[in-house]
Amino acid sequence: MDPALHTPPMRDPAWQGRLFWMLALVVVLWPLGVATEFKPWVLLEPDNLKVTRQFLDTFFPLAYDAEFLAMVARETWRTVAMATAGVTLALVVAIPLTLINTRVLSVSALSGRMARGPFWLRQAVRWLLIVLRSIPELVWALVFVRVVGLGPTAGVLAIALTYGGMLGKVYGEILESGETHATETLLRNGSSRLQAFLYGLLPTNAAELTSYTVYRWECAIRSSVVLGFVGAGGLGQQLDNSMKMFNGGEVASMLLVFIALVALADKVSAWLRKALG
Amino acid sequence: MSKPRAANEPYRLPPPLFDARCKACWFTAAIVLLVVASFWSLDLQWAQFLSLDALRSMGRFVAEFFPPDTSPKFLQKVAIGAWETLAMSALGTGLAAVAGLALALPASRLYEGHAARARTLTRLILNALRSIPELVWAALLLISAGLGPFAGTLALALHTTGVLGRLFAEAIENAPPGPGTALRTHGVGNGRVFLYATLPQVLPQLLSYTLYRWENNIRAAAVLGVVGAGGLGQLLAFHMGLFQMGKTATILGAMLLMVAVVDAASHGARRLMTR
Repeated sequence: MDPALHTPPMRDPAWQGRLFWMLALVVVLWPLGVATEFKPWVLLEPDNLKVTRQFLDTFFPLAYDAEFLAMVARETWRTVAMATAGVTLALVVAIPLTLINTRVLSVSALSGRMARGPFWLRQAVRWLLIVLRSIPELVWALVFVRVVGLGPTAGVLAIALTYGGMLGKVYGEILESGETHATETLLRNGSSRLQAFLYGLLPTNAAELTSYTVYRWECAIRSSVVLGFVGAGGLGQQLDNSMKMFNGGEVASMLLVFIALVALADKVSAWLRKALG
Repeated sequence: MSKPRAANEPYRLPPPLFDARCKACWFTAAIVLLVVASFWSLDLQWAQFLSLDALRSMGRFVAEFFPPDTSPKFLQKVAIGAWETLAMSALGTGLAAVAGLALALPASRLYEGHAARARTLTRLILNALRSIPELVWAALLLISAGLGPFAGTLALALHTTGVLGRLFAEAIENAPPGPGTALRTHGVGNGRVFLYATLPQVLPQLLSYTLYRWENNIRAAAVLGVVGAGGLGQLLAFHMGLFQMGKTATILGAMLLMVAVVDAASHGARRLMTR
């Protein structure tokens, strides 16, 4: 018997295919690299390396004088406050739109097809929600900074509009995916749509709705830092200022505070969602 | 004669509005407090925002958006910007998938009883990478990589590495241990066990995470340019800074279109896959 059959193959039997796909990947990635001016060696040019090293050297010691820390604490609170106010206003946008949008609350849909008027109204609201959430909050903020000037108002409005769109869409999906029998029964027996919502739809879905809102609040904290970069105040704006002045110590301290803030929001939100079940 | 029963027996009374033992009450109270404190501490200029003057300037602002600039030359510029954005997101996500996988290995416990000494440290690094948003990374990287899409690509890659690394590590730890144990009892090393037993099992999941992040990154890449990191965002910041509202409107339209196309494509792909 051939001894080769008894010794296991020492080479990967599928190596040809793997090599081919690797090469194909490189060919596909080439134009992407050209478009993004992907030149990693730029990072290692002596000039750039010097600037980078100088900036990184200023990271230590971290800035921790009392005045700076007080400023960081104030701006951190502003960041959280901006996110909270933004999400609150987003609820003001999202809840009425959800009430209009939800198919389950349609009286005409109980008996066959939805009437034409309500159908188009729902479609219009759906499109409005899509437009609200597909414009990134940063762009909304740029627009509002032009209108209301620099400051947290622009940030709060930007979060309110984008998150209003997101919450409205997801609330609608949650309400329609759950158990709708109770709501339907209420509607068939002559309760108003608001009553059917409050006593049928809301109690069955309350936990899920709250947990999604808390999750979005956590996301809003992250994006309110980013909004600071276009002048909406908060931690992001101070970070931008320090970066422009190449003050590495302040940048490093603020980044650490920011990482801690995000981790904290993550923990609070995870705990709340677990408590809600 | 027996006394008539109370219409509302004591234990049937509705519970008091606030009860120290009720968790939901504390929860609600805390939220109300947080919201009130937020609105109170921010000097929101509602009066200025809702004044006739501001509304008029808002109206003027919106009116300036029309007509959008649709000259072929400018459209070509926008198309190049859109392609740049797309390339940034794709390359950034690809790099992040590779780096994420490389970091996910030390961040996961490969088998029962595996010491995984670097696990805590690597997870800490992944969390730090993840919690700094792309835009902040881009602003930091501009210093060493210069203006342009390269900084944006690296920024996307860094943030996404944090996100994907964590997801990949979870996937690797949750993979069925059978095939790996079979190889390991025959004395195969950790690297080969991963390549021939764990990776083939988790690859579909890793791919679907990566695609999902790519979808997110296309949106993120569109705005990264606002700090000077290339793509559509850079065009937007440039023309908005010069108050060329017609051109701004075209760029916004292009952004909306791109997001809509990506949404539709991913929705379609997911439906194809689940069918």
